[in-house]
Order: sequence, then C-alpha cells, then structure tokens
Amino acid sequence: MTRLHAANELLAKEVIARYPVKKSALIPLLHLVQEQNGYVTNEGMSHLAELLDITSAEVLGTCSFYEMFKLEPVGRYVINVCGTMSCQLLGADELIHHAEERLGIKVGATTDDGLFTLERAECQAACTEAPCLQVNYRHEFRVTHDNFDSLVDRLTADSKKNGSAAIPPHGTLSQTRQQIPAGRAVGAVAPDEVNGPPVWLPIDEPEETS
Amino acid sequence: MTDTANEQAEAPPGISFTINGATVEANPGELLIDAAERHGVYIPRFCYHPRMKSVGMCRMCLVDVDRGRGARLEPACMITAAPDMIVDTESDQTQRAQEGILDLLLVNHPLDCPVCDKGGECPLQDQTVAYGPGESRFVEEKRHYEKPIPISDLVYLDRERCILCDRCTRFASDVAGDPLIHFIDRGNETQVNTFPDEPFSSYFSGNTVQICPVGALTAEPYRFKARPWDLAENESTAVVDSTGARVVLQSSRDELVRVLGVDSDAVNWSWLSDKERFTYEANGSEERLTDPLVRSESGEFATARWADAAAFAAEALQADPSLIGVIGGARLPVEGQFMWSTLLDALGVRDADPQIGDGLETELIQSLPRATIAEAAAPGGVVVLLSGDLKEELPTLYLRLRHAAVEDGASLIEMTARATGLSRFAKAKLHALPGTIDDVAEAVAAGTTSETVGGVDAAELAMAAKLLGSGRPVTVVIGRTNLAEDPGLITKAAAAIHRLVPEAKFLPALRRGNIHGAIETGLARGRTTTEILEDAAAGEVETLVLLGADPLADFPDRALVSSAFDMVENLVAVDTFATASSARADVILPAASFGEVDGSFVNLERRISPLRAKVTAPGQGRADWMIAAELAAALDHDLNVTSLDEVRTLLSSTMPAFADIDWSNIDAGGDGPLLGATNAVTPSLADIAAATSVAVPAVDGYGLRLVVDRKLWDLGTMVQQSQSLAHLAADTTLALSPADFDALGVQDGSTITVTGPGGATAELEVSASAGVPRGVAHVPYRMNGFDVGTFLSASTAVIDVRVNAG
Amino acid sequence: MTLGGKEIERAAGFVANDTPKIVTSRFDVEDSHTLVGYLATGGYEGIRAALKKKPEEVHAQITEATVLGRGGAGFPAGVKWGFMPKDVWPRYLVVNGDESEPGTYKDRLLMELDPHQLIEGCLIASYAVGLSRCFLYVRGEMAVAQERIAAALNDAYEAGYVGRNILGTDFSLDIVLHWGAGAYVVGEETALIESLEGNRGMPRLKPPYFPAAIGLYGKPTIVNNVETLANLPWIATNGAEAYRAIGTETSPGTRMVAVSGHVKRPGVYEIINGTTTFRDLIFGDDYCGGMREGRTLKAFVPGGGSAPWFLPDQLDLPFEASQVGPAGSMLGSGAIMVMDDTTDIPKAAHSLTRFYAHESCGKCVPCREGGTWLERILGRIVDGHGTTRDLEMLLEVGETICPGEFPHAASERLGLEAKPFPYGMTTICFVGPSAFAPVHSALTLFPEEFRDRVREVSDDDPVASPVGAVPVELKGIGAS
Repeated sequence: MTRLHAANELLAKEVIARYPVKKSALIPLLHLVQEQNGYVTNEGMSHLAELLDITSAEVLGTCSFYEMFKLEPVGRYVINVCGTMSCQLLGADELIHHAEERLGIKVGATTDDGLFTLERAECQAACTEAPCLQVNYRHEFRVTHDNFDSLVDRLTADSKKNGSAAIPPHGTLSQTRQQIPAGRAVGAVAPDEVNGPPVWLPIDEPEETS
Repeated sequence: MTDTANEQAEAPPGISFTINGATVEANPGELLIDAAERHGVYIPRFCYHPRMKSVGMCRMCLVDVDRGRGARLEPACMITAAPDMIVDTESDQTQRAQEGILDLLLVNHPLDCPVCDKGGECPLQDQTVAYGPGESRFVEEKRHYEKPIPISDLVYLDRERCILCDRCTRFASDVAGDPLIHFIDRGNETQVNTFPDEPFSSYFSGNTVQICPVGALTAEPYRFKARPWDLAENESTAVVDSTGARVVLQSSRDELVRVLGVDSDAVNWSWLSDKERFTYEANGSEERLTDPLVRSESGEFATARWADAAAFAAEALQADPSLIGVIGGARLPVEGQFMWSTLLDALGVRDADPQIGDGLETELIQSLPRATIAEAAAPGGVVVLLSGDLKEELPTLYLRLRHAAVEDGASLIEMTARATGLSRFAKAKLHALPGTIDDVAEAVAAGTTSETVGGVDAAELAMAAKLLGSGRPVTVVIGRTNLAEDPGLITKAAAAIHRLVPEAKFLPALRRGNIHGAIETGLARGRTTTEILEDAAAGEVETLVLLGADPLADFPDRALVSSAFDMVENLVAVDTFATASSARADVILPAASFGEVDGSFVNLERRISPLRAKVTAPGQGRADWMIAAELAAALDHDLNVTSLDEVRTLLSSTMPAFADIDWSNIDAGGDGPLLGATNAVTPSLADIAAATSVAVPAVDGYGLRLVVDRKLWDLGTMVQQSQSLAHLAADTTLALSPADFDALGVQDGSTITVTGPGGATAELEVSASAGVPRGVAHVPYRMNGFDVGTFLSASTAVIDVRVNAG
Repeated sequence: MTLGGKEIERAAGFVANDTPKIVTSRFDVEDSHTLVGYLATGGYEGIRAALKKKPEEVHAQITEATVLGRGGAGFPAGVKWGFMPKDVWPRYLVVNGDESEPGTYKDRLLMELDPHQLIEGCLIASYAVGLSRCFLYVRGEMAVAQERIAAALNDAYEAGYVGRNILGTDFSLDIVLHWGAGAYVVGEETALIESLEGNRGMPRLKPPYFPAAIGLYGKPTIVNNVETLANLPWIATNGAEAYRAIGTETSPGTRMVAVSGHVKRPGVYEIINGTTTFRDLIFGDDYCGGMREGRTLKAFVPGGGSAPWFLPDQLDLPFEASQVGPAGSMLGSGAIMVMDDTTDIPKAAHSLTRFYAHESCGKCVPCREGGTWLERILGRIVDGHGTTRDLEMLLEVGETICPGEFPHAASERLGLEAKPFPYGMTTICFVGPSAFAPVHSALTLFPEEFRDRVREVSDDDPVASPVGAVPVELKGIGAS
C-alpha cells in the first residue's frame, strides 16, 4: 500500500485547500508521497491524480521534471556532492572520487545496505563554503575527505539509533509544517470567483475599460 | 481563435507591414506566420499548428523582424504583425538560424527515413531539404530508446524520431482533453510517454498521428501499408455519424488505406474521432456482401444474378403499399435516399423511417429552428445539452463544444441523464431521474427553482434559469438522453426551453450518419420504426424493407423486432454487410459502401458535402440510387435516371431544399452550403409537445431507474467490421451512484444480479460512478457480454430494474 | 544554536564588516529568525508604518526608493508592480526563493536567518498593490530555510501579523509556503509560475514579458525575489529618501554579493550599490582580503554563472550595471566566482556549461539540443580527445543559440576590445545562452588553453563534413 495513508490524505486535503486551483498543490503533495515512502511510487502518483482531478500522466509529467523526486527506491541518506564551478575550483571532483571510494559505489548508485545513495549535484547555493554537499538536502560545508569519512560514520551510527536522528530519512524535508489556523486564514478562492479589489483598497471611480 | 481571424479577414482595416520587401496587410490579432502564409510567404515550422495555441518551442519559424531598432530574430508563431514592422524571411541571419535549428533537430533524429512511414511526406525531411544544412554534423551518440512502443491500441510511438514539438501532447491536453500522453523527464532527456500501464486510450488518438511532423507517431492500421507517393486521394465526408466531418480518402492499389481530417472551418477543424478515421477498414471486411442472395426453397441463401434478385425483391414490393414498411436509410448517400424516396412515392408506400427507434421523431426535427455548429460553439453563447454524451455519440461535435466552453467562454447547461465528457465544463448539471426531464425543464422555464425536481438540486435549476435568461444566444443540442426512456419527454423538455427562450436554436444530436439526408429527401415518412414493427408483429405488414438497417441488433426492443420478423411475409434487405437482421431476409441486395460511390451527405446542420468514390465496390455491390432505379424499372415505374448527375438534377427540381445547390461546387470541396428552406408544413414545437403524452409510472421504492446510452466503441456494425477497432468494445457493466452502494449492499467491482421488466435477469459487474445520479442504474448499449436491449420495451416510458448482491 | 536537534552553523559564509546594512542587519543577532528576536530588533515596524498610509502611497514610496530587482534582471520593483492592469482581480504575489544561480546564495541566508523580514516585505508589497494571497516559493533543496520560514509563518499567523485582519486593520493576507523540487530553470519567473501551478517548470513564451498582466492562473501577478522584498521593511520604516542616500542615483541602496572561489575569505557581503568595485570585493580588507596565499588572479565571473567572464583588466569597475554591461558582462544575481592562476580554464568552463545543459527544461530546441552538444564537445576537449574542429563547432553551435557577436571583456594581453551586453538569442529564456557564455568567455579570453589541448585536424578529415556550415570567425584563436 503505497498510496497516501489516511493521515497523510487528510494532510493532503488541507494543503490542497490552500490553493485557488487544486493542481498547484501537486509538488508539495509529491513531496508528501516521497516523505511517506522514501520515493515517489506509481500508486502514490495515481492517488494524487485522483485527489487533484488530473491524469496520472500529468502527475508523472510534473514529477519527472524535478530531480528531487525519485521514481525508484534510494538510500536512507542521499548524499549530493556539488560539482558546479565554485566547488569544482576547490576540489569537488576529488571529493566525489573520494566519496565513491569510501562508499564503494559509483555516482548514481546505492550502497548494498541501503544507507547511502551518492549523487553528483549542481549548485547548492553555498558557494563560498566550497566544496559542499547535502545529506537529504541539509548542507555540509567545506568538506574535506576526512570530514566526509566522519560524516559517513556519524550517519551510519545515527541510522542504528531509534528515535529522532539529526537528519531524517530521505523524503522528509522540512520537519516543521506550515499550519494555518482556521480562524486566521483568509482562504483560497477560485481565481474566476474574485471580481473586485480587496476591502482595504479604496474603490476606484468606475472606469469602463472594456 | 482561427475562425475569428477568418471572419476578420473580410473586415478591413488591416495592419500594414513589410515582408520580404512587399507591403501587405495582416488582420488584427493575426499571427505573423499566418499573415505571411496568406500572402504567399511560407515560414517553416514544426510546433506551430493553426488549430492549437502557439508554444514557440521548435524555433524553426524565427525570422528577422525589425521594429525600427534593427533586425532581431523573433518567432513568427508568437507575434502579431505590427504597423511598419519589417520582416525578412530570407535574410542571412534568418537562413543561418534555420540551418542551425535543423542541425540541432537532426542531432538526435535517426537516419531511418527509408524505413519510416513518414518518409516522403515528412515535414522534417522536406524542410531539411529546403532550409537545412544538408547533413548532420553531430558525431556523438544519438539518444536511444526502445523502438516503437504501443501507447494505445491504435498508436505506436518511436521516441527516437520524436523532435518534442508538443503537438501530440498539446492536442491530447488542450483539444481532446485527454492528457494521457505527456512530456516526461527533463531537458535533453525529455520524452513523450504515457503513465505506466495507462494507455493513450483517447477517442481522438489518430489526430496525433496526423499532426506529428516526423514519423514518431504511427497508426496501427496504416503502418507499412503504403508509401505516400503511391497514394491517390479524394476529398469526402465521414459517414459514421451525423457531424459530417470532412476527410481525405487515400487509397493504394484500389484499397482504402488511410483517412485524414480536412480543416473545415464550419465543421471539424481538421480533427476526427478514431471512429471516423479508422472505420474505412470495414470496407475490406470479410463480412461484406458481394453478391445478391436469394433464399431458396430449402431456406438456404443462394447467390443470384442481379436481375433475378431484383425481380424477387420487386415482387415483394408489389404488395399493397399500405402493407409495406421501410426501415433504415441513414447509411445511404443523399442520391440513394432520394431515389428510394421517389420509388416509394411511385409505389404509394406511406411508411418509412430512417431512424431505428433510437432517435427523435422526424416531425420534431423538422419543426426546430436550426443552429449551425459555429452558432452553437460561438464565443459567449449558452449551450443546453439535452442529449446523450456527445463524446461517445458525436465526438467531433464534442471537440467543438469543448473548445467553446474552455476557450471561448461558452456556458454549458447539461440536461443529460448522467455525467458526460462535457460535465467538467458544465456550469449547470441537471441530471434528471429518468421520466422527469420534462418536469425539470418546466421548472427552469417557469422559474420555480427553489426546490429539487427530478433529483436535480435547486441550485442547478436556478443556475440554468439564470443562464437561459441572460440574454446570451442559446443553442439546444437535442437528442436522446436515455434509450430506456420515451423520447416524448425530450420533446416536452425542448418545448419548455423554447417557451422560455423563443430565440433559441437547435442542433439535433441524432447519431446515425446521413440521417438528415434521409429526412430532407422525404425518405422519412409516415409511421415510426416502432409503429411499423408493432404493426408487423400484429400481422399488418406484408413486406418489410431494411435499408442498411439491423434492427435485430439495434432497435431498443429486441423482442418486438423478432416477432415482427416472424410475422412479415417478405423481408427485403439492402446492405453492405451480412448482419443479424439480413440473415433473416428473403432477399439481400449488396450495396456499395463509403468510398466506393460518389454522392453527397447532409450533416446535422443541414450542410451538404460530397461523398467521393476512391475505390471500387467488391463483387456486385451497387450504388443505392442504381438499386432503387433498377427496382423501379422492374416495377414498371421507370425513374428515367441513368447517371448521378441526372439524379441530382431531378433532386434539385423536386425538393425545394436542394433547389439552389450548385452540385459542381459541392464536389469541389470546401465547407459546403446549408440546404435551403423546405416547403414541408409541420406543426410547431409547442403543438407537437402538447400532442405528446407520456405516462411515467411512479418510482418503485425498491427499484432503480435504467439509463441506457451509447459508447463510441460498441458492437455496432462499422466498429465490429473494422479489425483494429472491433476489440475496443468493452464488457457490459452496470454503474451506480456510490451513494446507492450501501443501501443495496453491493461492492465496487462485485458481480450483481439485475432483474429487468418481466423478470429477465442478468449477472453484471457493478462499478461506482459519481456521475450516475442516485436511484439510477446505468448500462451501456450494445456492449460485450450482455445485451441490455433485451430489457428495453418500446411500450413503456421508463424501465425499472432491481439489483441484488451476488 | 540548534534546530531539529542539529547544530546549525550560524550564518555560514556571512561576513560582517563596517559597511551600512539594510537587509543583513540581524545576521549576527542571536535568534534573529524567531519572532521574539525579530520584534526585539524593530521587526514589523515597517508594516505598521505602511498601514498608516494609503496603499498607493506605499506603492509610490517603493517606486521612489528604486529597489532594483535582486533576482538578476535588475528591474525596479515599484515600476514592475505598476504593470498590473488596473481593474483585473484577483492579484497574486509570488516570492521567488528558488535561488540556484551558480555562485549565488544570498536568498538562502535571508530565509534562514531573517524569515520575518521577508514575511514583512510580503506584507508591505501585498498591502500596497491590493492582494490577499501570497505564495512563498522556496527552493526544494533548502530544508533549513523551509523549516525556518514555516516556523516563522506559524508564529506570525498566531500573533496576528499574517492572516485575517492584520494588526486589527482590514488588511488580510494569506502567505502560503510552497517548496520547489529541484529545477534551476524555475528561477525564471514565468517558469516559477508554471511550477506553482503544478506544472513542469518551463518558461512561458514572451510576449508578454512580465507576468504582471497574465501570471498565476492567468491573473495579474507580481514575482519578486527574496532580497528585493527583504528591503521593503527598512524602506517603510526609514523612508525612500534614506534609502536613496545609500548607493548611487541609478543603483540606490545596498545589495548582497557572494564571493567564492580562490580568495582568502570567501563570503556573502552586503555592499553599497554602485560604488563598491570588484577590486574592493576581491582584494579589500573589509571583504575577501585577496587571493589565496601566493596566487594571482586569472579571471572572475562577475554576476553568477550565466555572466561572461572578466579579467584582471576589469577589476576597477564598480558594482553598477550601467558600467558592467558596456564592459561585456552583467551583474546578474550578485555572485562573483574567482579563479586564480592554478585554474584549468576549459574544465572550469565545463563545470558551468554542464550545469546549464543539465538544467535545460527541454522546451526550445537551441537550448535542449545545443546546450547538450556544447557540453559534450567541451567534455571531450577537457578529457583530451578534442580536435581543432571541435573548437570551431563550439562557436558554431553557440552561434545558433546566440546569433551575432557574443559579449566579452576587453583584454590588453590579447589586444581585444570589449563587446558590450546584451546578446542575441534564439531561445525562450536565458538558460541556453548561459550554457554558451562560459564556453565563449573561456575560448575568447584563454584560447591557448584550448589550442594546447586539442589535436589538429584538416578539412579533409572524414570524421565530420560540415556541409553548408556557417563560417564563424574564431576570435582570439591564433591571435596570440
């Protein structure tokens, strides 16, 4: 069963209600599917298609455009090593090579124990801290080969602990969710059902333009 | 979009600009690529298609545009001409851009032209020759994909050939509304594909093949059948339904091999349903009748000479004309219909009905003020859908109305029996419980919209009343919402709407091909098929003629047809295929089919267009007009016609509607004119409605009211005789509102027992459908597994069934 | 400081100095990202001031201040808002927090370290133009920024700064946090809108050039960069006059610049707009403090990965668009990448071209096919398998993406005059040209590094025969 669980389906409906047009919720909901399953499953995509009243092909079209969405299972920790210019200038290629040797896998592969997937990534917006990498989209800065080794050790140890590890398994991004209290929400209205300016704007003199 | 542009074509003032040194005028809003082409300058393109929104993706149409600040490359499919703009489509910079783009397109395009179906008619091939660098300079490995994969039962996709122009995907999403193929992945890895295990099962899939600018999409029925240079073609009209979409018939070695859509501004905008596109396959079916057949003494059919078979049939027609009934005729070209009509006149036969109990009364159709498709689909109009599901029954008309609702601000009011392909766009959904559509329409007309009527929410009634009272032009698409319901209710509903909006016009959604040709030529006369069959069953018909009709499979009361056939003395069939009904005939005369004879067609707008012969009929099949003429001769009523031209001359001089038709112009193609006024005197819609009485029984507390309607892929003759389509007809299932599931104790996907009137039962799979109103059981007509026609009765207004679990 | 149990390096990369601060003033304040910390440092004073004025007065104030868009195009925010048609409703605000231009990371810091400042900027903009729905689109790969903004929004909703009847007035605004999922091109504002609609993030066609008239759901929409909006609370509090007093006439205020690469102290700096020079930034003691020990400057990218490169010749240019453009490059998103004399130029160029080829959305042919072609040829050259024909091919493919002469810097060493911005393009957006920019800069400014690396082939070589190929002048190659 890799559709959204009941609790996540409720959450999905709450997210959908924030948008004037349902399909806008697609990317956040694909993240939710990925959070639940570690990757985006076909059943999950079909479930979103139902919730958003679009076709599964449309869901896949959007999903496959964005590289954070994985259509196959990946490791608990996805390690993205940045290879774009600033990092490249400061040793990204060597770091990637070291990572391959340390983990015993090539870029794009997952370790046999299912813990690590290694990827070469493009710019992670931390260029002054080169070379950098991300573990499940959390930065590590100015990574030396020794840093990398201890990171792998730390993550391996974390994965054996029960309860909250510093870095959640792949799929979970923000651990804080936005909550809009019902009493405070303005509410989303379909774009075609809004015909005038909001109340705080002074009403313009009627000006027939069309 | 484009039709507005065309309207504006007649309206000066235009926008003056310069192209390749010449000063020309563009229409306001006209894209540069169109304006240029209108003035004889062709700008190469791949992604641009005049019937779809520009996407500007291929960049092939980049041309030098100087707006006073120097020449810059701009995409001609994205910009409109502006005053004083100077355009150069032949400048060095333009040519270098064209060469460069083609070079880039060939980077990943395989060089398999010799084995590609598109070779010889390929825009990429042609434009590379005309504008390209001549040879690909790319020496890296090309993109590789698994070679053609089936993306549906009818279409194959070769992703290596695809240049990602977005035509097929845009068509699927924007035109057909079936976004089942999509761009997948990103950048240089982008491909077109479906979701895993969800095929591109669109009724319009063949259009993607027609508009693909390379050989990436191919249609199963045409793959490797012919080469473009071997093809001969004629422009004709699709006959599978009454929309009358314009087509090109292509043949190779006297065999139809392909049908393409023609861009008729009035009708189909170049699009076709897959039924219109692929049923040409039926022409070559093994079930085609090739020789006249006469039933021998022993009861077996024996091949006969024409003259003998005609004499046999003529003898049957010598019966007392009041004891002769004719059923069918919508398959025939106008000329055949007219000659049969003339023959019946000569014989004094009073009763003929080209509809088979699944349409509306001829008198009603004749009484309606008629709309054209363009009027129905006009921007900002209100369209009432008092019909079946147009996506299933008249798919090309569906495309036009969908476009009107999505792009042109038309508002749809749905008065169908359940949700349809257009429900998503409907502003008001009035899915009345069977037997109540007249009450629902009355409530809207009277403005009594404060409470639920016929299961329709008050809010929906009020919205419908508001739209109908808005002063916007109203078109009513009128047809059968439910084959299990007395059509008199539709008459009453139509009259109520007409009373509210006297200016409303009507577009009849009768499904059968040339049904309007039959009505206009006088072939529809006297009693209805239901009445003829009732008379026959009562022993009051001696000779029954079936003109391309198969009532045993088609008429929504199987039992009545069977007993009628048992009782008549002579059953004469004129047909193209062996059918269940013709198998019961005493004599069968083989007719020539679509693409085998010249003639003409009248569509649901009363627009006349050509039917053209492209191949010869198999065996001894003959044109219908000749068959009628031959029978007339055998009956000593020589009709004095020996050619199609003579038939047409006679038609124009006999029938006022055809008086002004310039036949040579019809054959030349184009949109074709609307028929003129008739001098038929018919009662008004209000009078017809007043004279119609329907007794609807009260809802039985334990039963469900039956809704029966059609699917595009069914067990109908044309679909079943086309080998690529036959298997597309699904199994019969019964759909219920999810709200009824618990009360009935059934589960989605389980097998239930349904009990019809008279206690007949059937076991069917049940499915939940939010589009089915509460208290309704929906069963599609003529699908595999169970024939719901056995539940139908021509003598009751509605049908109640019971559903039990297990 | 911890978040979710993990120690967060505070302001990694941010370097405080003594220059005036507008948007980074709280970066060295403890708990700057919390509502308590924000209120303690003058937070939400800007919206209080704005709410005392009429919306059009606030709009006029922002227009007068001239806040140049910080996303890359540098278009003034107030003017951009004014492009919205007068009587079409609803309107939407979309915050572009999809920062991913190579070399750039100011927005991430603004979102992580001062999320309330951004929220307040959204409030001011929304109040001024009359909209009640704002979408804050944060790049997918920024989990910490997402957490900080989510927490800040939750607090701000509870405290009445966001939502219905803000601060007891009629003004009501929902701010919806939305995450991306990994696509550089979504930083382009029309692609951002497509993405926010749940679609593939492919840029829409121009015209229209701005989504102000036809944007999200086809309605008038403002798309503003995070840093742009972060300026608004300060302006609302201190006035347009005070803002214009900093910087130059054409480039008022400050801006954030990330300097990375081979410098002593790489970091993100808030600099005075228009007057600070590249030399100040790379060599100044307040900034990067010069090159790594014992190394000399070879070249630098002045405005994010898409910008044509500069040489030491251009060091004294100020951070001012009107001077950088004529010199052959652009300021873009505020990111400088510095290369010293150890740099393998073709390889460095390849790391950028690979980025843009990888990030092509695939919509238009020159970018989709051309970008990949460039990347493959360049990769072959870097790996030592290139030929002299490949060098020609690079420029020919580039010519198809960017017809005409491509901008480049002047070089005394090569005897090269500057070719000013901008360039011609056959693509819909700037991703395609951006793939070519590093190729062109590297080939033009360092031809010898390529020539030494490729095998000579003659025209008779059978590998490829460019029939009808466009003759392209090989600038710089063989000139030295």
